[in-house]
Amino acid sequence: MRKLLFGLPLMAFIALGIVFYQQLGKDTEYMPSALIGKQVPDFQLIDLSSNTVTTNEALPDTPYLMNFWATWCPSCSAEHAYLGELAEQGVNIVGIDYKDETEAAKKWLAERGNPYSMVLTDEMGHFGVDMGITGAPETFVISGDGVVLYRHQGVVNAEVWKTLKGYMQR
Amino acid sequence: MIFPEIGHFALILAMMFAVALATLPMVGFYTRNRVLLTSAKPLTYVMTLLIWLSFFVLAVAFATDDFSVLYVSQHSNSLLPIWFKVSALWGGHEGSLLLWIAILSAWAAAVAYRSDSLPNATGPVVLAVLGIIATGFLLFILFTSSPFIRLLPDHPIDGADLNPLLQDVGLIIHPPMLYMGYVGFSVAFAFAIAALITGNLNASWARWARPWTNVSWAFLTLGITLGSWWAYYELGWGGWWFWDPVENASLMPWLAGTALIHSLAVTEKRGVFKSWTVLLAIFTFSLSLLGTFLVRSGVLTSVHAFAADPTRGVFILALLVIIIGGSLLLYAVRASQVRSVVSFGATGREAWLLINNILLTILTLTVLLGTLYPLVFDAFSLGKISVGAPYFNAVFGPISLLLIVFMGIAPLSKWHSTKGKWLVHIAIMPAILAIAFSALVFTFHVFDWYLWLSFSIALWLVFMVARDWFDKVSAARQSIWLRAKKLPRQYYGMLLAHFGVAVTLVGVIFVSMNSTETIVRMAPGDKVVVGNYAFELQGSIRIQGPNYVAEQAIINVYDGDKRVAQMKPEKRLYKARQQMMTEAALSPGFTRDLYISLGEKLSQEAWSVRIYIKSFVRWIWLGGLLMMAGGLLAAFDKRYRRKAGV
Repeated sequence: MRKLLFGLPLMAFIALGIVFYQQLGKDTEYMPSALIGKQVPDFQLIDLSSNTVTTNEALPDTPYLMNFWATWCPSCSAEHAYLGELAEQGVNIVGIDYKDETEAAKKWLAERGNPYSMVLTDEMGHFGVDMGITGAPETFVISGDGVVLYRHQGVVNAEVWKTLKGYMQR
Repeated sequence: MIFPEIGHFALILAMMFAVALATLPMVGFYTRNRVLLTSAKPLTYVMTLLIWLSFFVLAVAFATDDFSVLYVSQHSNSLLPIWFKVSALWGGHEGSLLLWIAILSAWAAAVAYRSDSLPNATGPVVLAVLGIIATGFLLFILFTSSPFIRLLPDHPIDGADLNPLLQDVGLIIHPPMLYMGYVGFSVAFAFAIAALITGNLNASWARWARPWTNVSWAFLTLGITLGSWWAYYELGWGGWWFWDPVENASLMPWLAGTALIHSLAVTEKRGVFKSWTVLLAIFTFSLSLLGTFLVRSGVLTSVHAFAADPTRGVFILALLVIIIGGSLLLYAVRASQVRSVVSFGATGREAWLLINNILLTILTLTVLLGTLYPLVFDAFSLGKISVGAPYFNAVFGPISLLLIVFMGIAPLSKWHSTKGKWLVHIAIMPAILAIAFSALVFTFHVFDWYLWLSFSIALWLVFMVARDWFDKVSAARQSIWLRAKKLPRQYYGMLLAHFGVAVTLVGVIFVSMNSTETIVRMAPGDKVVVGNYAFELQGSIRIQGPNYVAEQAIINVYDGDKRVAQMKPEKRLYKARQQMMTEAALSPGFTRDLYISLGEKLSQEAWSVRIYIKSFVRWIWLGGLLMMAGGLLAAFDKRYRRKAGV
């Protein structure tokens, strides 16, 4: 009995070791958001086109996509064209220009077209931290009353849109 | 020109000496061979010299811009100022490991130097245990992470530069201090393992391990304090602790180490908690290793993320299993044979320190759980989750407050048993004063019971510390000064460290109670009032740094009509990496910090500006420094010197 007691730390460690071993090399990238089912955090961000400080109140009151993007992110240019198609179909997309330079962002949108109903600049990445993103691009589905419904990491394409669409129609 | 291969070769030789150190004295111990036992000391010295030679060679490669070395070309740049070039050595994975092993060997050499005063086989066995750890890490460096790999014959003309976040004086000193701390716990670990191996599980190992543990703990405290301070001014968020996995990795050994310091004291003085203290020593160093594993293997994602490589992960995990698993096995077999007659009263100091140990262990496990929870959750295929600051704040806060309440009582209690009535008598006045004074402060503020309670507890701790000292110095007829001088350093170290905890707590309370944060658009001439201060943007200029260009805003700060500060936040573009960085401007003060960071440029002259006013934020780190000073003072108590025969 006494031996067993002193062996407890060893057993706990072995269990932990097994967990670690299984985790090694696993894809640590994919993470559904802890914010699902919760309100979009409060923010004060500057609107790219009007240069004014914008808060949550300006967000749409119908379901929309919130897309984190940046000019420095190669995958963002890959998904840009598809976002344009979605916008043409009437999908409301709010863009968050993440850790980017304003001038570069403006130029990018002027050259490639602007799929966004509004673009907010998160130059310091504070809002990105609040939303728990780990990089760009990331896309959230958000309901009309501001609740986060789904999070997708990586490029949005026709395949991904099937899933996103389902959440938007809920 | 020194060839980097010399460094590599020295490391290989060092590994051979480490293997010898890990085996010969052990064989000597079991065969009672004196020659093999005495070989431990010289083997340690040679291994240490070789490792430092290799460290020096790499430092020279950095200082002389030898970009034929892959690691140098990835982490340095010819434009980098010289002090950043040298400290870029530990800016990446390979170099940090070399620093790790260099510090381990330095600790081993220090133990070897002082080992003569230890009885018979203890010294050599302790060194052999350190040799085992060194062997593991040297193999790890040589097989998976050598910093000496060369790019020949075509090497880049210039390096990729050090990550701009790390180009800061904080980086020069933060990692070495942190490593001094958590590698230093290997000494207490080695003493504990040696005690298990030799079977000398009496109180004496605790006495030898104490000063080493105190010094390591002091370094770790300093390292964590520096890290928090660095995150505060460099990351530009104005926060001082983020519960990031890497931060947690350094906090866990600190918490366990704090418990260890206290439990070592009980074991040394009273001979109780023997097997618990051994376990705690193993636990503390295991957490240091675990920290290394978590940071290096890529099983957890973190803002600090270094290159993640699964091969390295498997190697470190194997190392962990051998070192931690081996020592826990040894513990299970040997410690169960120790029987100590435990007897102490429910209000004796032993009991209070037992509570301290229980609470600190709970805190450690809380952080461990929060850090590993996402991993475990995923391992059982329950999906992915992330544990954020709310969990840590909700659990960590109340438990640490409880711990601090006991911190007030324990030092005043007596060993074995204390009269409950007397304790109440002693404690009642400080408690009343603390609650009343804290209430007084809160009449000027919005009332928040949690902050009020925390502040009362901080004051209570200060009053109790003061009371204890006063009781000790005023007991006899001698003059206060004479009695004060006679109290041991160890006692003053304890007072100082406990006082530091109160100072940090006050900082934490006031920062959360009385801080303001605003984001505004400012054009030249604009004046914004935040708190009691008015901020006026005078204009912005372009400046040229050694390896960056920057725009610098000049903001004058007024308190009423008087100008109190001119602050110059910057937006930097680092050339080699084409990376933008925000350099916040700080106007530090004893009771408040003004903190400005530039957002984006809105037009030719207007900026979006973030302004923070943080009350008492410096106290958080001041408390850390006091704790460190306390730890060092206690470690250099005269008692240890006499025993060690120096």
